[in-house]
Parts: sequence; C-alpha cells; structure tokens
Amino acid sequence: MAERRGNRDKAEDELPVYLARPGTADQVPRQKYGGLFCSVEGAFESKTIDFDALSVGQRGSRTPRTAKRETGQEARSPATERRSTDGAERQRETAQPEIRSGCGKEVLQNLGEEKSDRLLIKGGRIVNDDQSFHADIYMEDGLIKQIGDNLIVPGGVKTIEANGKMVIPGGIDIHTHFQMPYRGTTTVDDFSQGTKAALAGGTTMIVDHVIPEPGSSLMESYDQWRQWADEKACCDYSLHVDITHWNDSVKQEVDNLIKEKGVNSFQVYMAYKDYYQMTNSELYEVFTFLAERGGIAQVHAENGEIIAEEQARMLQMGITGPEGHVLSRPEELEAEAVFRAITIASQTNCPLYVTRVMSKSAADIISQARKKGNVVFGEPITASLGTDGTHYWSKNWAKAASFVTSPPLSPDPTTPDYLNTLLSSGDLSVTGSAHCTFSVSQKAIGKDDFTQIPEGVNGVEERMSLIWDKAVTTGKMDENMFVAVTSTNAAKILNLYPRKGRIAVGSDADLVIWDTDSIRTITAKTHNSTAEYNVFEGMELRGAPLVVICQGKIILEDGNLHVTSGVGRFIPCSAFPDFAYKRVKARKQLAVLRAVPRGMYDGPVSEFSMSRGGTPSASARTSPTKQPVRNLHQSGFSLAGNPAPCGPPTPDDIPIRPAGRRIVVPPGGRSNITSLS
Amino acid sequence: MSGYQGKKNIPRITSDRLLIKGGKIVNDDQSFCADIYMEDGVIKQIGENLIVPGGVKTIDAHGRMLMPGGIDVHTRFQMPDRGMVSADDFYQGTKAALSGGTTMIIDHVVPEPGISLISSFEQWREWADSKSCCDYSLHVDITEWHKGIQEEMEALVKDHGVNSFLVYLAYKDIFQLTDAQVYEVFSVIRDLGAIAQVHAENGDIVAEEQRRILEQGITGPEGHVLSRPEEVEAEAVNRSVTVANQTNCPLYITKVMSKSAADVIAQARKKGTVVYGEPITASLGTDGSHYWSKNWAKAAAFVTSPPLSPDPTTPDYLNSLLSCGDLQVTGSAHCPFNTAQRAVGKDDFSLIPEGVNGTEERMSIIWDKCVVTGKMDENQFVAVTSTNAAKIFNLYPRKGRIAVGSDADLVLWDPDMTKIISAKSHNSTVEYNIFEGTEVRGGPLVVISQGKIVLEEGNLHTTEGSGRYVARKPFPDYVYKRIKARSRLAELRGVPRGLYDGPVCEVSVTPKAMTPASSAKTSPAKQPNQPVRNLHQSGFSLSGAQVDDNIPRRSTQRIVAPPGGRANITSLG
Repeated sequence: MAERRGNRDKAEDELPVYLARPGTADQVPRQKYGGLFCSVEGAFESKTIDFDALSVGQRGSRTPRTAKRETGQEARSPATERRSTDGAERQRETAQPEIRSGCGKEVLQNLGEEKSDRLLIKGGRIVNDDQSFHADIYMEDGLIKQIGDNLIVPGGVKTIEANGKMVIPGGIDIHTHFQMPYRGTTTVDDFSQGTKAALAGGTTMIVDHVIPEPGSSLMESYDQWRQWADEKACCDYSLHVDITHWNDSVKQEVDNLIKEKGVNSFQVYMAYKDYYQMTNSELYEVFTFLAERGGIAQVHAENGEIIAEEQARMLQMGITGPEGHVLSRPEELEAEAVFRAITIASQTNCPLYVTRVMSKSAADIISQARKKGNVVFGEPITASLGTDGTHYWSKNWAKAASFVTSPPLSPDPTTPDYLNTLLSSGDLSVTGSAHCTFSVSQKAIGKDDFTQIPEGVNGVEERMSLIWDKAVTTGKMDENMFVAVTSTNAAKILNLYPRKGRIAVGSDADLVIWDTDSIRTITAKTHNSTAEYNVFEGMELRGAPLVVICQGKIILEDGNLHVTSGVGRFIPCSAFPDFAYKRVKARKQLAVLRAVPRGMYDGPVSEFSMSRGGTPSASARTSPTKQPVRNLHQSGFSLAGNPAPCGPPTPDDIPIRPAGRRIVVPPGGRSNITSLS
Repeated sequence: MSGYQGKKNIPRITSDRLLIKGGKIVNDDQSFCADIYMEDGVIKQIGENLIVPGGVKTIDAHGRMLMPGGIDVHTRFQMPDRGMVSADDFYQGTKAALSGGTTMIIDHVVPEPGISLISSFEQWREWADSKSCCDYSLHVDITEWHKGIQEEMEALVKDHGVNSFLVYLAYKDIFQLTDAQVYEVFSVIRDLGAIAQVHAENGDIVAEEQRRILEQGITGPEGHVLSRPEEVEAEAVNRSVTVANQTNCPLYITKVMSKSAADVIAQARKKGTVVYGEPITASLGTDGSHYWSKNWAKAAAFVTSPPLSPDPTTPDYLNSLLSCGDLQVTGSAHCPFNTAQRAVGKDDFSLIPEGVNGTEERMSIIWDKCVVTGKMDENQFVAVTSTNAAKIFNLYPRKGRIAVGSDADLVLWDPDMTKIISAKSHNSTVEYNIFEGTEVRGGPLVVISQGKIVLEEGNLHTTEGSGRYVARKPFPDYVYKRIKARSRLAELRGVPRGLYDGPVCEVSVTPKAMTPASSAKTSPAKQPNQPVRNLHQSGFSLSGAQVDDNIPRRSTQRIVAPPGGRANITSLG
C-alpha cells in the first residue's frame, strides 16, 4: 500500500492532480495539450465524458426534486448521528473501509457541509468495464466531480477510506416488475420495498416494465407507473413499456413515448395466447416501426400457441401442481420463439433484446445469431443464473409455486453454470432480475390449476452477489466483465452511458464499494423483499456490497440501509443508442434493394382466376401448346443492351446460356467435400 | 403386396419374363455381381447360373450397375393453381421421370380449402390412374383444419393407403395453418402413424416482405427471392421441429432450399429429433442468381417456394449434407408452368405460379454432383434416390431394393454417359429448363418398370395408364420405432402433494377487463403471511410415504463449493 502511494506521489509532480492518469506514472501525451476533453490519439478518447449526452437526463428531472432530497436528508439524520460516533472510533480493522465526517476546523470552514452532499472516497480501486485503477473519487451534488490522486477538495468533506477495496459503478437492474398489478392484486414488493432490496444488493438503478392492459392506453399506463415510482422509488429508475396490443393509436403512442417521454425500449410478448400475444405479422410491424424510431425491441420469447395446447394437455392428464408449469413450457418452446424473434428482427433490421434467457437452448440460439452478426442482446436473470427448475417437483406446494416464472427455470441442473459461462464470454450481454414477487396466498390462486399461479421470482437483491459468486469467484469472468454485465452494458443499451454505468468525471455518483470476501447465506428471513420464500434459500454467496452510494449519498454502510422513499428520479432514455444502432444504421444504408430493369413481357398470358377458391379445372387443359411461346426467346429484349446497374450476379440474358459456363470439370476437381465446415 | 389395383390386365407383351445377366447389383447396403430373373413384374430369382424358362428376353449388362429404380418423393403433376394447371400432366410427368431413371413418383394432393380431402384424393386418383406410366402414390396436403378433416385423415390412412400429410407454414390466408393448428395436426398424425410433412416458410413475414418489396417498385421475379430470404425458411424449419418434438411426431421437411434450413435440420437430428430433409433437384443443381436475369421468362422459370438461394455455394453444401446423411431423400418438386402461365405475374411477382422442373434430371444431377465428385458412393446414391424414400413411406422392401420378391423396377446405370440438359431435348412440355446447358455425367441406359423395358437405346416405350397406385401402410418401422419407444418413456406424472390449505388471494375472474389497480393498494401488509408460515410444517400428509428425498437433499446441495472447484469454464461444449 505504501509503495503504491509512493508511485502516485511521483506522478503528481509533473501534472495538475486532476489530470494525472490514475494509478500510473507513465508518460501520458494528453496533458501536454492541456485540455481535459481534447481528443488525443491513444488517450482515453472513447471514455471522455460527453456532457451533451448527459444533458438529456439532467434537464428535466434534476432540479425539481431538490426539495424532496432535502427532506430525505432530514429523514436520514438519526443515521448521521450514528455515523459520527463511528468516526470517533475509526481505528478499527484497517481492511474495512472507514467513513469519516468532516470535523474540527474543516467543519468551521464549511458550515453548510451536511447539505452539500460532498463525499470523498479515498484509496479505492476503481473498476470500470474496461480497466481498473487506483484513484480517489470526489463527489458533489450527486455527481462525480474529480477522479485522481491527492485531489484538492473543499474542507469538511465526508471521507470514506476504501482501503484498496473495489469501487464499482452501481448495478443497473434492467428488468423489474415492482408493484405490478395482477388480476386485482399487486406484487408484494412495491417500488419502495423493491428499490430498497435493490440498494441492499448494490443495485442503484432499476428499469421497470410498464404493462398496459390490452386495449388500454400506453400513455395512461406510463403515467400511472411514473406516479407510483415517483412516490416511492428510493433509487433512480427508468421504464420499459410493454406493447400488449397493436394498432395505429398504439403506434402513435409509441412514437410519443420515444420522442417526449424518454422511453426507448418496448417489450412484446410471443406468449400468453389470447392475452398479450402478438402474431408474427404484428411483430414484424412493431419491429419495423421501432427500427425507424430508434427503439429497442424486447421480446418475451415463448411460443404461446404451443404452450396453450400443452397446458390443456397437462390439465387433462390431471397434473395441476407447479410441475405442470414447467412441463407445459419446455425449453424448446423458448428457443423456438427466440429463433423466430431473431428472424423477424433481422428482416426488419431492428435491434433485438431477449428478456429472461432461462435455458441453454435459448442462450445457444442467441450466441449463434450473434456469431452470424445479428444485433441481439440476451438477458439472463438472477434466477436462471443461480438456481434451476428441479424445485418445481418439491412436495411443498408453496415452495414449488414460488419458483413459477415464465419462461420457467430449466429442470436441467447444469443450466446456471452454462448461462454464467455464456455471460462471461459476452454471448449474453446484460443481467436483470425480473423481480416480480407474489406472496404465498397470492400464488395460491392457482392451487388447483398451475396456469393460474401468478408468475414471478425474486432476485433484485441477490443479483450482484450471485453473479460475483457464480462467475467471478469461479474464474469465468474478471471484475471488469462483472461491471459490464451488471451495469455498463445495460447503461449502453438504454443510452444512459456514461451517465450511468461508469465511474468517470461527470457521471452520476452511484457507486458501490464491493467486498469480494464477505460470505453470506441467502434466506427469506433476512432478505429485504416482502415475499415469504426466496428462490435462493440456503445459498451461500461470496461477495457483497460494503458501501452503497446512490445519488451521492451513502445508502448502505455497516450493513445498515438508510433509504428514503421518493428520492428516485426518472431517468429518460433517448432513442438510437449507439451501442445498438451504429451497426443497424450502417446496414440500413447497404440494404437498399433494386429491381432489375427488363423489357416489358409481351408474350401470351394465361387466364387465371384471382380467387383461389376455384375448383380444380378439368384435365382437358393439361397440355398447353408450345407454339406461341417459343417466340419469346427472341422478343422482349428492348432493354437488354443496357448495363446492369446493380450487384447481384446477372447471368447473361441469352436464352440459352453459354454452354461453357456450366460444364462440369473433371471428377473430384471442383467440388470439395471438405468445404462443408 | 396388397396394394395392387385392378388394372393389371393391360395387354402384355410376351417378353414379360426378363433376365439380366452380368450386372453389378447395387443396393443401399452393398454391391455384388449376380443375374436377375423377373417375371410378372416381380423379381423372382437373384444369383448366378439361374435356371430360367426358355425363350426369355435377356439383357447383358456387361458389368454395369443395376440399381433399384428411383423414387421421386415430391411431384406436383397436373396441379391446379387458380384455374390453371401445371404444364406436365401425369402422362408427361411420369414419362419424364422414367426417362431419367425414376420408376415411382409420389404426388401431392392439394385440396382447395373448403373442399373435402377424400374427394380431392379421388380426383387425383382418377387423373393419375388414367395417365400415369409408372407406379405412383399420393401425399395429401392439409390446407385447413377442423374436426371433419381429422376424420377424413383417419379414413385416408385406414382405407386409402395414405401415410403422409403436408401442412403449410406459408401462403398466408390461403393454405397457412397457425402453430396451434399445426400442433393439433401433428398430434393426429402421430396417433395415426403417419408422417408429418411441412412446407417450411414463415408466411406472415413473407406476406409483409412482399408488400414492402412491391411498395418499393420491385415487381420482377427477383422480388420473389428478396421477399423470401432463407432465414425465413430456417425459422419455419426450426419452428416445425419444435412442434414435432413436442408432439413426438416424425417430421419431414419438403424442399430444403438453403444452407441455413439444412443446418437447422442437421442440428435437430444431432439432438435426436426424428426429422428428415428433402432437398430437391433444383436446390442440388442450380442456384438463385438467375432471378436477376434480364430475360423475364427465364427468371420466372426459376420461381418456386422456398426460392432457390442466391448463394452460389448452396448446391455444393446441400450435396455434402446429402452425402453425409444429414439430408436423407431427394425429390424434384416438379411443378413446371409454361411461360404464358407464368406471365400471369408479369407485373407482380407474387402472382407468378410457383414450381420448377426436375423429375427427369434428378438422378443424373445427384450422380454428377455427388458421386462423380467423390462425396458419396454408389450405395449412398441408391439410398438417397430410392431406398430411404421407400423406408420412410413404408414401401420397403417392395420398392427401393433389388431382392427376391421386390417389384421389378430397375435401372441399368451408365456412369460414363454424358449429356447436356436442354429444353430442346427434355421430356417436359415447358419451354425453359432451369438446368439448361448443364452437362451431367451418368444416366440410365435401360429402365425397367413393372418388369417391362421402358427405356432402351434412348427410346422410351411408355404406356399411358399402366401405372398402379401403391397403397402405403401407417407406422413405418424406419420412422416409428423410435417414436414408439419415446412415447412409452414420455409419460408425465404429477407430484402427489398434500392439499394446500393456506389462505388464497381473491381475484377477479375476468382478468382481461382489469384496469391497473390504484396505487392505494400497493403495499399489502405482511399480516396475511402469518398463517402461511405454518405451511412449512403442514401439508406433508403424503410426504412420509413417498420418495421425499427432494427436500432434505436440497439444502446440502446448494452450498457453494470452494471457488474454482465445482464450476468449470471448460465445460461449455
């Protein structure tokens, strides 16, 4: 540790501190030209903060909420008192991060210190998705203001001594269903409870799904969700909107949501027949529209038609328990729907996002499609990464029912390991939790018929720890990849990067100090969700957040949560995220189709009936004469001399092709069986 | 041999007895040298120094290969389409087939939606019986779905010797069935012991793409292939494989035209699905670059669905998969229309009647592309042109094999013969041949159908109406052995549990009309959970009596092993 500090002192001799390349003494060309944001080859050009990109979110929602934030401060005051006593006895274990309030002279200099939300993290190792380095972070007003060594900060700043622990961007849970209405009841975790659980697990932003009832207005539902979340959310949030039916007015609403309401991702359902499910033609139209407007098409991928048939069969056979849920939704149906969605997306040149990748076969299809160059992102969820579907056969009905979600957890116990591997290799891109919990009495709606069991599992709290445990401690991925799949990739897809998902000057102060060694056992007794069951019950996970900072404020420290309902801001997402659309745009330019200019066909034309309902014609007509048609070989070539304007191979228009071209080469010469890869 | 129909009393030439000396008999499993003696259309003896009656007509094979006559599993002779009829009727079509070494065809009955399957079937029987020159059988297409169809299918299987039905995933609003209907059709087919055939293309996407491409002003035949990209074919193949797996029904994909569709089939076979792929002469012999021909009539002659792939490496790839066994049978999908008929779609490619020629060229193309190039041997050639088809459709060993008791449908094959395919010399009635100018090596020297010499020294001697309908029984072993074993295994059982006796939330019965609940309801109190906790202890009334190792096992199983120990990144195959 001492050595490291020494290095940094040297580096700082030559440079203004805030420009020093953190953690290294190398010559860095950039400082010579002085500008923090000038793009110099080899410098951090792609990582430079683009303030224009940030302005989208900050404009609308930041200022109005300051009042609320102050009330948040007051609510927190007991905790603050406790923290100062902590500060007094700060000579504890050196390995633990310490939090120090400003004291003594510093306090005198900065009387308003408590309100200004200034925070300094010293001695942490900053982990972004591209690299890790040692540096201090100074935050003010919920933004990261400085990163570097020996920062010059105002006095009286609250300081966290990270002691070399990892500081990572707060997690983004890209898929939650808090407070989701379901047949007159609501999921037990509302936005307050849900975001509290999220923060406890190191997730500082959630993206919830707005689910309009088929037939109702998207915009009204969106407003409803905004209202619920604004009242209660404890962390920043954003919204996906689900398209549950399709017509021109929905199209108009989607357009408005993208342009005015900061929604850039829309989910369609291929399951839930006669309810949410869309036909292939509708999917095609939705995808085409989203591709034009720069949205991301999300799909719930399962073949609803076959499921409906299988469900009927199961119930007929007398299988009514939760095992029927997984038996009626085999993983092939998921893979089939993923395949179909990818086909349609590739036809319409629309970026695709597959929510809830639950099975090996579905993940395989996604990775194959990515290899073929399709723009497709896969989202495994906490449950599919952490547990499997063997529990559906549990004798305890309530336990079995708590695992019910769609697509179901795969009964194949090797699935979690496989999905973690694909997540590590980059074939799957982001992780969500699909947190959508129901109490046992709610699940019991389907006690006699598994198709009635409300669907959803927990996972928002466990997500980060679980991925750390399953993927990082096992050596599948490194800490940078961990940041990418838990936070950065999600931010990029939502077009929130680099405001979220990165520790950089100008980014939001959503940070987590991660303890790689802490071990805890997941149990429903201690979790923050209201549900009675936890699908990860009894699992021992290594890795947990030590300190969680959200909007520049300390939310979790020493195992204590200090959350304030309603401080969460809506973060609008703008259309055409580069991460997805750069490739799509390039392809659009290429994909122009052209017709072949031909002379008018002037030969004879058969008579035919337009309606296909006609009866088969009599066999007397079966031998049409060849006579008139033969002329055609010579006629109809008025344009034939013109040059062919376009790419595809244009075989000669001579009626009988030059014989030389198609002549077979000697046996074994041309065709080669080894060319079959 | 119960399938013989009443038309055996055709005036027979005296030389109904036939001896082939000195040939190399090629079956799908082995080749050997022997003489063959035939009588009454059936092979009576195989061996050396046969004792045969005097006065028998003798053919000296001079060591050339003698193989079972080809079976073209997919033809559409005389097919009605919007008041037109495809240019080759059963006479012209079977004549072309015989001249290419194919001695049996299986045609598709395409009932117009709304018309009974049985009456369409009878109609086709009538056409074929009066005109066909070689034995034939019939597939029946399912173009709509309701209860009556199911009964008709039963009748067709039991009384009419049909064991294969085709469903369409394309042709939206005409023939196309929904996934749920396909599921039901497959379930019925499995129960009847038949084969489910699929025309695999996603009709919804095709319809959308057609509209888009017409809007862009592309009306020529190139629009046909642009609106039906191969992905759309692969998607539908994948979907039908999924449905077939669910219903445990054997699947047969007709017209495999693209690499990606073939890949999907090959993968499904590796996973153990009972699925067969049928590439056709056109997809094995040519490609879709001709859709861009300046000659409209020529471009239109290539129009078929799924379209020929514009990727010129496709034929080679499909031939390789055919050689390695990933694709099993070959058809021709012979359904040509003459240019005047095609011109119905001169201003709109979506109206061009679809179908290409290929029944005559099938055997020679495969020989040239696969055997001459060393991809397959002569036995595999027999398998893909004849034997596999006979096995799948339950005609084996009557057809598809040279053995005592089999039908005397034979081909004396000349591997060195070369010819140039041309519309001038082919036996079809259409003006264009999509293989125009292709030089192929290998062709039939002598073709024997029903024990009679049909092709000799380049001369065809066909008799209109001599073809018999061959009935096919359900549950072909080749296909159903595996299916039967699986259906015995696939019994699902529920978990015996105590009755759930905890509290149950109230719900409204009609979920669809629900508006989102108001936010006042958002924080359900934890109180109702109280009684539920009991559930951990209660509700186990049966648990002692059964295998209840589920629950105790769980807790120990879930503890994480030391980092790096259990999970292994190399386990990703």
